[in-house]
Amino acid sequence: MTSTSAPAQPPPPAIAVQGLRKRFGATAALDGMSFAVAFGTVTGFVGPNGAGKSTTMRVILGLDTPDEGRALIGGVPYAKLRRPLSHVGALLDAAAVQPGRSARNHLLWLAHSQGLGAKRVDEVIEASGLGSAIRRKAGGYSLGMRQRLGIAAAMLGDPPVLMLDEPFNGLDPEGIVWIRGCLRSLAAEGRAVLVSSHLMGELEDCADHLVVVGRGRVIADTAVAELIARSSGGRVVLRTAARAGATTALAGAGGTVAVTGPDTLTVDGLGAEEVVRVLSAAAVPFAEVSAHRASLEEAYMDLTRDSVEFRAAQNEAQNEAQNPAQNEGAA
Amino acid sequence: MATAPHDGFAQLVHAEWTKLRTVRGWLVGLLVAVVLTIGIGLLGPLGSQISCVHVDGGGCSAQSPPKGPDGREVVDDKTIVYRFLSGDGSITARLTDFDGEYAPTGDVQAGTVHGLQPWSKAGILIKDGIKPGSPYAAVLATGSHGVRMQYDYVHDLPGLAGPVSAATPRWLRLVRTGDVITGLNSADGAMWTAIGTVRLANLPHDLVIGVFAASPQYEVIKSSFGGTRSNGGPTTATGTFDRIALTGQTSGDWTVPPTYTGSGPDGQPLRPQGGDGPKAPTGAVQHGSDGFVITGSGNIAPMAVSEGSGKTVESALAGTFAGLIAVIVVAALTMTAEYRRGLIRTSLAASPRRGRLLAAKATVLGGASFVTGLAAAAIAVPSVTALEHHKGLYVFHASAGAQIRIVVGTAALLAVAAVLALAVGTIVRRGAAAVAAVIVVIVLPYILAVASVLPAGAAQWLTRLTPAAAFAVQQTVTSWPQVTAVYTPTNGYYPLSPWTGLAVLCLYAAVAYALAHRLLLRRDA
Repeated sequence: MTSTSAPAQPPPPAIAVQGLRKRFGATAALDGMSFAVAFGTVTGFVGPNGAGKSTTMRVILGLDTPDEGRALIGGVPYAKLRRPLSHVGALLDAAAVQPGRSARNHLLWLAHSQGLGAKRVDEVIEASGLGSAIRRKAGGYSLGMRQRLGIAAAMLGDPPVLMLDEPFNGLDPEGIVWIRGCLRSLAAEGRAVLVSSHLMGELEDCADHLVVVGRGRVIADTAVAELIARSSGGRVVLRTAARAGATTALAGAGGTVAVTGPDTLTVDGLGAEEVVRVLSAAAVPFAEVSAHRASLEEAYMDLTRDSVEFRAAQNEAQNEAQNPAQNEGAA
Repeated sequence: MATAPHDGFAQLVHAEWTKLRTVRGWLVGLLVAVVLTIGIGLLGPLGSQISCVHVDGGGCSAQSPPKGPDGREVVDDKTIVYRFLSGDGSITARLTDFDGEYAPTGDVQAGTVHGLQPWSKAGILIKDGIKPGSPYAAVLATGSHGVRMQYDYVHDLPGLAGPVSAATPRWLRLVRTGDVITGLNSADGAMWTAIGTVRLANLPHDLVIGVFAASPQYEVIKSSFGGTRSNGGPTTATGTFDRIALTGQTSGDWTVPPTYTGSGPDGQPLRPQGGDGPKAPTGAVQHGSDGFVITGSGNIAPMAVSEGSGKTVESALAGTFAGLIAVIVVAALTMTAEYRRGLIRTSLAASPRRGRLLAAKATVLGGASFVTGLAAAAIAVPSVTALEHHKGLYVFHASAGAQIRIVVGTAALLAVAAVLALAVGTIVRRGAAAVAAVIVVIVLPYILAVASVLPAGAAQWLTRLTPAAAFAVQQTVTSWPQVTAVYTPTNGYYPLSPWTGLAVLCLYAAVAYALAHRLLLRRDA
């Protein structure tokens, strides 16, 4: 990676997105988008459809020109990179293959464009798990196989930066697990991984960092661990067959009790030990008491609950989903 | 490739070639271009049925026209009064009257009128024997183009202008010195001006030297929607010569052809050439002590190719337009398919310098189309020509250079058209629209121009202004100013020279490429 910074300054981030603005007609697709992606992490790029994720990725790859702002790869604009696929590997749209060309030949022309040979193609095929299917025409591939092919293509140049747009789309559970493992190990090798999704749950156990966007700008930019800790609060999960008795006893002790399942209560305001003490004193039977750990989905809902912009964007996305004809510009 | 400079143009060309060769449909498309070009070329002679019995029962070879010194077909049909000249010498003659006869309706029975054709000829000549097609040089008066010096059929130099009459006679002179012949003319026999000095290679010691007259077919060319038609018939021209003088060593007496003055068995006057010629007889009669009155029909000139008279070599490439369509489809789709699938983003991410991507695509498609065209033309020309010979069709002469040029030119035509289709595909980004647009600007004008549906003027402008002008690169025939004929694209005559015609297509391709380049750089992918 080349760097233009003075030696005293920290090295530039893997991806730096700085104040991007872009309009498609009357719609502002990007409205001051700024964030950075660090090496060695998986950064989730989350937001509803139409929030500007794909447009941002296209700007990073030099495919779309922003009206304002810039995007840098290791401090350098994409267009200035030599052999760009050895700097950034990207999967924008798994369907973007020539149907009549075999998957292997798809990788082969891409390799040739970077001065790479068939040997490197065979290496990424090996890692992709496509196996013998690689000689078949890509037009006959399932979406899951195309996602694997797309990731293999992104890995051709062995790049330090990877960017995947909605790689979980259309994958079966096995595929989702495969991609999660794949992204984790890539980050563990020190690479920067930016992965977009409109469903938070897909990034569970995968992302280290989250950039949450709505209406073309960043709403939250935070580490996942921090976010979950904050959302979990001091809540305790209680499993008991005697819900009514437990609720009365705990409320009497000053706790806030919510019913979260047929035999599950969530208690706020009392520690786990205190809950055990109160229930024992009241002779209420219980099966399990544990500290609550929020899911990423929950944390995400907590995070976005108060964001007016985000809700507006989400409503808009829902409206657009009902009326796809208006969805063209910002998609 | 490992030693190639990184991010080099060669890598992009390599990648684009890999793209092209790994989609079977595209390779099949190029193969189809070859098959169509050859197949349609073969259909022409295969569909021709001609009976090979000449009037004299001699078979087809009797129909072959004489050939000039350079191998071209010529017309060498005139009335000549001649002697033999050994070594150096000269001939001088005065032409005092020049008139002709023709049927303005094309039908002799409907009546004839006096008058000359623009290229009716009366004059003197020096010739290597009387065999048709042999080398010669002549100084002659014409119906409406003044005095000319003509030699070896295709060459034509201007002398004195104006018509011939008793008041304005024309003195004509030819001087032979070895292989060099000088033509002179004079209005009064005193003041001589040279028209030209030419060298006729390998002239023998003994030559024919004499006085002649000829008059080409009367041509009425009608041009309208539905095509261009030519009507006409034989004509005669009569030249009155006196003061004929020879220098040098001459031998024998004047050989004077007989005059057809007698009547046929049915009491009707005999007509020259056995056809429906004018009633005026051809032949020569003595005129005073040193002159002749000579009436001739026919011509001494290169032969113009017209429908039905035989096949041109480029007729073997009549299928080019079909091969061209296949190449256009492949070239346009290699770009528009990338837009349709979103693959263009992968290509541009791999090559952020977009101009290079377009250049690499153009290089690969141009190269592949060139090879396609070269293979198609190099197979079609010899195989179709061989089939034409086999079917007894006459094939007009084309020099080896011209044959190579039409084969290479056809390859270039396909290559440049492929670049045009690629550029249009980049501009419109829709396969069907790009293919339709390129076919409309190149194949459609070509078909309209050659299919004999437009008036000649419209056909000529189409083949001058549209990219179809490039088909001129396949032309082996020449339009002669000194020969009246139907010079239309239908007959194989294009208004532009071969390479100028190809340059017109190149210009269109360059403009489209520049626009495509600009849009590719400016547009979001």
